[in-house]
This record gives sequence, C-alpha cells and structure tokens, in this order.
Amino acid sequence: MKANAGNRGEKVRSDCYVELELCDEGGIQVDLKSKVEALYGNSIRALCREVLSFFEIDHCKLFVEDKGALNWVIAARLEAAIKRLTPNSKSFLLPVDDKLNYTTEKKCQRRSRLYIPGVNPKLMLNAGLYGADGIIFDLEDAVAPGKKYESRFLVRNALRAIDLNGAERMVRINQLPEGLKDIEVLTDQPVNLILIPKCESGADIHAVNSQLNSLSSQKTNSIHLMPIVESAKGVLNAFEIATAAENVVAIAIGLEDYTADMGIQRTTSGNETQWARNMVVNAAVAAGIQPIDSVFSDVENMEALEKNINESRSIGFVGMGCIHPRQIKPINSGYSPSEKEIEKAKRVVDAFMKAKEKGLGVVALGSKMIDAPVVKRAQQTIDNAIANGLLNQNWRENHEA
Amino acid sequence: MKLNAVGRAIPETINGKPVVPFQGVGKYRPTGKKFAPNIASCADYPDDGNKLVPNLKEALLKAGLKDGMTISTHHHFRNGDLIANQIFDVAHELGVKDLVWFPSASFPCHKHLIPYLEDGTIHRIEGSMNGDLGRFASEGKMTGVGVLRSHGGRYQAVQDGDVQIDIAVIAAPTADAFGNATGDRGDAACGLLGFALADSQYADKVIVVTDNLVPFPCIPWQIHGNLVDYTVEVDKIGIPEKIISGTTQITKSPDRLFIAELTAQFCDAAGLVKDGFSYQAGAGGTSLSIGLFFERLMRERQIKARFVRAGSNQYPVRMLEDGIVDYILDGQTFDLEGVRSMRENSNHVNTSPFTSYNYHGKGNFASMVDIVILGATEVDVEFNANVVTHSDGYLLHGIGGWQNCLFGKCVILPIPLFRDRVPVVVDEVTTLCGPGELIDVIVTERGIAINPRRTDLIEKVKDKGLPIKTIEELKEEAEKICGKPNKPQFTDKIIAAIKWVDGTVIDVVKQVKH
Repeated sequence: MKANAGNRGEKVRSDCYVELELCDEGGIQVDLKSKVEALYGNSIRALCREVLSFFEIDHCKLFVEDKGALNWVIAARLEAAIKRLTPNSKSFLLPVDDKLNYTTEKKCQRRSRLYIPGVNPKLMLNAGLYGADGIIFDLEDAVAPGKKYESRFLVRNALRAIDLNGAERMVRINQLPEGLKDIEVLTDQPVNLILIPKCESGADIHAVNSQLNSLSSQKTNSIHLMPIVESAKGVLNAFEIATAAENVVAIAIGLEDYTADMGIQRTTSGNETQWARNMVVNAAVAAGIQPIDSVFSDVENMEALEKNINESRSIGFVGMGCIHPRQIKPINSGYSPSEKEIEKAKRVVDAFMKAKEKGLGVVALGSKMIDAPVVKRAQQTIDNAIANGLLNQNWRENHEA
Repeated sequence: MKLNAVGRAIPETINGKPVVPFQGVGKYRPTGKKFAPNIASCADYPDDGNKLVPNLKEALLKAGLKDGMTISTHHHFRNGDLIANQIFDVAHELGVKDLVWFPSASFPCHKHLIPYLEDGTIHRIEGSMNGDLGRFASEGKMTGVGVLRSHGGRYQAVQDGDVQIDIAVIAAPTADAFGNATGDRGDAACGLLGFALADSQYADKVIVVTDNLVPFPCIPWQIHGNLVDYTVEVDKIGIPEKIISGTTQITKSPDRLFIAELTAQFCDAAGLVKDGFSYQAGAGGTSLSIGLFFERLMRERQIKARFVRAGSNQYPVRMLEDGIVDYILDGQTFDLEGVRSMRENSNHVNTSPFTSYNYHGKGNFASMVDIVILGATEVDVEFNANVVTHSDGYLLHGIGGWQNCLFGKCVILPIPLFRDRVPVVVDEVTTLCGPGELIDVIVTERGIAINPRRTDLIEKVKDKGLPIKTIEELKEEAEKICGKPNKPQFTDKIIAAIKWVDGTVIDVVKQVKH
C-alpha cells in the first residue's frame, strides 16, 4: 500500500513531496532529501515521526523530498498521504496563533479579494502582504482534480499558520456537493468567509449552512458566505440566493463560466454580460448585501483593468476578484471614492446637516435644491470614504462650507 | 588562530603567506610602495606593432607558462566565456602544475576546470566560486585555500603586490595586433574591460585574445596596447547570448516587487530622492525595479539624478537618453542597450575597479554615492552581512563590488525575510563579509530595520507610515515562521579566505561536514 502527496520537480519551492508505504514490520523508516537538511533536517524528521505516531502508524517507509517546506506544509502533505491509505477522522493540528482568530463584519470592505491556489504553499506565504481586503485559498478551479483531496489539508493548515495582516480569511470550496466535504475539513478553523462557486439557488446556501451547523461547535453565523453565480439559472435566482440566509454577505458573479453556460464569447467590452451583471447588482442591493464583480483575467493589461473597474463601479459593484497581486492596488483605489467625489459629498451632506440643525425642510447648496436621494448617495460616498480611510469620521468638525 | 576585529578566528598564514587579520574599517594603514612590473623595452617588440602569435598555446608558451604561476582572466563575458577554460586545457596538455587561477569572477561554465583542480593542474582559485566550483571547494577538495576578494580588493591586491600576476589573458571583443582593445564593439561586445585594467598594468606578461581583429588603431583603446606582450586571433571568444545575462529583466515576482517598492518608499521618506542625487542599483530583478520606482519619482517631480552607478542595462540608458540622469558611471554592461549606449554616448562612462572601488587609492567613487542597493544571503542582528555562503555553509557567490559599495552614503539591503524556509535575518551570519557598521537599512517584505547608528535616518522616516521594526524583531519573525534553524556543521579545514577591501582577512570559510 503506497500513497503520495505534494509536489516535486525542478521548479517546486517551499513545498515537499511525500511517498508513504505502510508495512507490517520494520518500524518507522524516514528517508529525507531536503534542501534545508543542515538547518532543519532533524526537526523535519521529528515532525514526520510525530505525525505518524499521531495516526498510530508503527511500521512504514516514508520518503520526503523537501524543497524548503514549512512545518505546516509537511504535516499537511503527510496527513493527506496517510489518510489516502487509512481513512480516518482524526486531524493533526499544529498550534494556531490566537492572533489569527478574528471575526469580520458583515459589511466590511470587500473591494479586492486575492485568489491563491490551494495547491501552492509558496504563493500562500506572502498572500497577506499586498493589501487585499480578502485572501481566498481556492480549492476549486485552481486545483486539479487529482490534487483536490490533499489541498484541503494544505488549506486548513495554511489558515491556521499564516498571518494575513488582518485580511478577511476566505476559502472557495468546490461546487456542491463536493464542496460539502471541503467544509468537513474547514470547520472550526480561522476562516471568515466561504465562497460557494456555481451557486444556482437558495437550496445551495441552505445545504452549506446545514453542513456548517452539523459539524461546527461554533455558531454558523460567524462564517460569512459569498455565493458566486456563474450560470444563467444562477443569475435568474440571484435574489433568492442573496436572501437565502442571514450570513450571505455578498454575491459575486463569475463571467467566464456564465458566458460558457450561455454559449457566448466573453469580450473586453462586456456588452454580452451587461444584463447579468445588472441583475446581480440589483439583487444584491435589494437584499442589502454587497455585489461583487468577476475577476479580470488579463494580468498584463493594467489599462484595460482600470477601464473595467470604472465600468464595474459605475453599475454598482463594490469589489472585484484579483488573480495577481498587482491587480490589488488599482482595484482598491478604483472601488474607493475619488477626492473630487468626496469633496462634493461633503458639501452635500454638510448642507443637509446644517438645514436639519436649523429645522429647515428644504436643503439647498448654493442656489440648487438638493433632493433626498442625492443626500443619500452623498452619505454613502462619505461612509465609503471613512471605511477606506480616506476621510476622518469627524470630518465635519474641520469642514468649511 | 587569532580573533580579528569582528571576532572571527583567522589563521596566521594562508597558502603559506602571512595574513593580516581585519582590524576595523579604515584601521589598517600599510606603508611602502606599490608593486611595479618590470621595465620593458621597445627593442623587444616589433616596430610594426604586430604582436600576433598563431594561437593561445603559443602565446602562453612565449609568456613562459610554468608550474606555480598565477594566471588571470576576467568575467566580462560572464557565463559565455570561452577563453579561461582553454588556457587550462593548454596547461593540462603541457603538464603544467600548481597554477593559481586569478579570475575577476567565475561562472557556471567554468565547472570545466574541476578535473584540473583534481589533477593538480590548478592549485587554487583566487576569485569567486559558485555553483559546482563552490561545492567542490566547500567539500574541501581544492588543494589550496581559495581567496575571495571584492572587485576593488582585487585591484588593491594587484596594485599592492599581494597577488603578482605572471600571465594575464585578456579576452577582448575587438582589438588590433598591437594589443589595443575595446569591449564596446564586436560579436562578443560586452561594453567595457574595466576588470582587466589592473592586470594590464601590473602583470608580468599580458596576452590579448580577440575574435575581431581590426587594423591599428583600435579605437577606443580601453586596454592600452603598450602594456600588451602578445595578441592572438581566435574564431570565437564568447557566446554573445550568454554574455548578456538573464538578470536584466525587471522582476515579475510580486514578492520582490513589493520589497522594491517599499525600498523606494523608504528612500523617498528619508529625503534621499532629490535633485542631483546619485544611486547604485545592480542587475538583479529587485534592484532594477527600485531603479524604475526612482525613475517614476524623478519624472513626477521633474528632478534629475547626477549619476547612476551601474551595472547598466536598458533602463538607466533610457533615463540617460531622456535626460533625467546626467551620467552613467558604468562598471559592467548587462545588455546590448548598455553596450550601444556606452559606444555612442560620451555621458555613459567606462569605469574600472580603480576609479570606483580601490581602497588603497586617493579616494574612490563608491563613497560618493547617495543610495546604494545591495543584496545579501544573510544579515545578522548586528547588521553584519554575508554574500558568499549559503546558510548551509556552501560557497555560492562572489563578493563582486559589494564590499566596496558598503562605503556609500546610505546602504540598503532589500532582502526577503526568508527564502524557502531559510531565514535571511539571523542571529549570526555564517560568513561575515561586511561589518554591520557600514550597513544602514534592511528592507524585507515584513518590515524595515534601520541600523541604530543611523539616528538621522530613524528620525527622518519617523511617522511616515513605514513598517519600521528592530532587526531583532525581524529575526524573531523569521524564526517564528521558519522555526529556529540548526547551525551548519564544519570541519576545522579552512577552504577559503574572505578578504576585506584593504587586503586584511575578515573571515574564513571552512569545509562543510557531511
């Protein structure tokens, strides 16, 4: 009986490959080939023995080819190999820093969320450095079918090990029902939000929540959900999905799959998806949650990205996925109000507040009357600016009309 | 063994020669005269200036190649060098033994020489050893002890007579039969031949080898034919695509870009990016990207840099041609744009380790540079840094101009906190190549540490929103992520000496224990 997990090859870094063979006798034999043998060889062997002993394996041949993997990576690879041979419900968990156990607000900033393949530890290590509002460890499209099983353990361990600098900790599970198995591994881990891909109905949301409830010792409502609609049916059911449960905090659209489902080509102009995007924004606003746009897949073309963000924001989206760290900055600033917008909003809100303080029923800015919706929009801009750190909460104290 | 000024144990002799241990920055002040080559007479050289001999072997024979000689070569062709290996092929064929190879740097292509190190043709390398050569030396297989010097230290050693070169072989992209030579044109154009300057001035015999022989005069004459004994024409001296090295692309790695941007932000916050400033940024992806961030700041503010120290390539060349940089003071060119610019633009200046780096001169350019960006394999909590060995103890890099550049006004090391689990910020460097007192700032992706000696910098960047941490905090963070590393194990055998810029020994490298 032999099983393996992990990655090997010339270009692999910060990862390892393990091959495990269970035996009937002979004790534990660990054959380690490590790039960091001089510095960590002994501690890696000790870790391997600890994991094997935890899973009550007394006789085996273990081969580890290590390219500078951290302990949590090695443990995840080994656990996957062990469970392939002897399925069991135990989990080998390294200690988690309390600092990583934070919650996020239902309405927190979700301008940018960076996708990190759940199969690649090297990309995970620094994911929190670039200023994304959220980091998604992706178990779905970024992971090849043969790697999905072991990636669950890697993502679980990553969530427990990596400081993401306060970013919202997200996981994209697989399409249901496979995704429900991902949740088995992820419950009670430092995760703030689960993305549900190819979501088509409220029933999908209920299925995820009931899985979370049945497994978790925590209350489900501390884990937020962000369904992604990626099909004609999903778009039509957007409102049903958005309102299916209290913990749905945002709804995203996935245009690659949507256009494929529709049998049409996705273009840079995006005319072909206009209706679907409007539909999702509309459903989100009606449900009181955040509408989030699809990723922009041409990472080299920054100009087109900025154009895309502007259009996206103009129809009501408040955020977008990122597939490369370089997209984060333009997305964060693109979904934040501009200086000019903030200044205008300040004048409107200030005039409104003054009129209210004076007990006036009519608000005027200069010679122009201001309607209630204008005030509401201005107030939203102000709230957004404060949330983005672009404006002080007590801005009115220093405001000169 | 004696402890030197940075606490490293240094032997009394290396390769049978007495050793002066490092005494502190600027402390060792030798007296006496420089080394001088023999007086030559025109009577011994052809009046028509034709010093051509039929081939390299003949030139080496005429130069008196024999056991124990010191043979120098230069790394202008980097990994595309075809000449150094041929010299030792000839030596091996002739049965010459115990040679000292004195290259300005070695490259992976020189692993060809390992059999000659094994069979005694070559006794030792006094120059950088990396890749397979580094492994060979680190495992204690080289007969003699390697000696690593900075580019400036190499000039110093030759000028002071610490190393006496018997035969210098200068591979030149273009030359005339008299021996005038240039690197700025020809199939193997590499820009300049600065690393060969000392050798041409001080070696006993000088051979110029070229694959582009032009009628006298070869203009410009970066190397003076008046210093040359023999010239040789060959089919090919280098592989052009390997001469132009791959490190001249700006990095696409988001991690490195992040560190580059943070470095530029630091420089800006410290007020270093101002009209008339100067900087040195090498050819690595991170350094190049920092240069581009400087470029953006300069364009936005409509300010200019007075000069850029390079390692030049297309990016500083573009800045020179757009008028936001007045001069490039170039030590080596890394791409064809750099070569073209040096050929065409008189403000793109050909410099040498003498002008830029020699510590035993009446000053050098290195200390005049405002911002110096350098790398390191390790930095410790005293800000001491290592560039020659990997944390596992193996030799892996040469010193290059690194030690010399430490004299710049603000020395910044943009480095990752760890590389594939190996912490870069450590409690004590494996090999100490540069003392912490000369290293001002460490920029990592997880925070910036400023040397406590630089209270001026600490004050300037205070409250500027930068992630300033202590170096101890960075070290702790690295260990928290990677785990506390064991120390590599060594035998007592010394396999290489690390020279400081003044010829003293700052550290030694020992054989790695298996």
